[in-house]
Amino acid sequence: MEVHRDDDASKLGMWLFIFTELLLFGGLFLVYTVFRAKYPSNFHEGSLELSVSIGALNTIVLLISSMTIAMALTAMQKDKKKLAMQLIAFTLFMATVFLFNKVIEWSTKFEHGLYPGSPLMPHLERGDLMFFSLYFFMTGLHALHILVGMVLLTIVFFKIKSGSIHSKRYVNLENGALYWHLVDLIWIFLFPMMYLIT
Amino acid sequence: MANNTTHTTEYKVLAKVLLVLMFLTFLTISVTSFHLGAFSVTVALLIAGVKGFLVLTYFMHLKYESTLLRILVAMIFVLYAVIILITFIDYAFR
Repeated sequence: MEVHRDDDASKLGMWLFIFTELLLFGGLFLVYTVFRAKYPSNFHEGSLELSVSIGALNTIVLLISSMTIAMALTAMQKDKKKLAMQLIAFTLFMATVFLFNKVIEWSTKFEHGLYPGSPLMPHLERGDLMFFSLYFFMTGLHALHILVGMVLLTIVFFKIKSGSIHSKRYVNLENGALYWHLVDLIWIFLFPMMYLIT
Repeated sequence: MANNTTHTTEYKVLAKVLLVLMFLTFLTISVTSFHLGAFSVTVALLIAGVKGFLVLTYFMHLKYESTLLRILVAMIFVLYAVIILITFIDYAFR
């Protein structure tokens, strides 16, 4: 007897969760936009402080990882178990590269005394304080999502290895991939807002 | 049995989408490097919108999902647009 399952319902559930995530970051984008309108010159100076090259590199890294996880699903659907696992492993590697760049980027800010709760922060102008607080909060929350995505994809990796995800049943891989695309989607908007629009 | 997801996106299609996304990334960086003020803001957000659309349509397979799900996703963006509009009306007439 087959256990009852409804893949469409699990995917719909994942999408409902993604909606809450979109509105969470959407709210933060809105806060950013309002304060940007209020302190245009501080936000202009602030975004000039950020490294466009590291931001651009991380954009490329996330875009590639988004493609490889989508390919992992294709591979699973075609019953290419080994290829699917390799593609997930590569996605996890790209996620590590992203976080590594983030650490480099943040540590230069830390060296300048800019980090949440630093002695320097309260002495900044109100607009600068808003910019860097939002910068750390939004990229920090995004980096947290990268970590969660890595955990989810690792679980999926071992589920494929053990055979509980297979070519006839891959909704867990599909939902894990959806989460990873969400992380990419958020960065697509975060990158121009933080680094490009000066 | 309700295992209805049967569409498989070919590797080639995914690779092409990545190429377009990369091109748009380079485009948005080069356009905003000219510092054209409000123009670069509009262009950057427009390009981000196109990139987001591509990710949702191809990587997240919305192209092949049920009409219900596609309408739900569209409504979230409509809802968000309404939230932005109301916030800025409030902000402008305070």
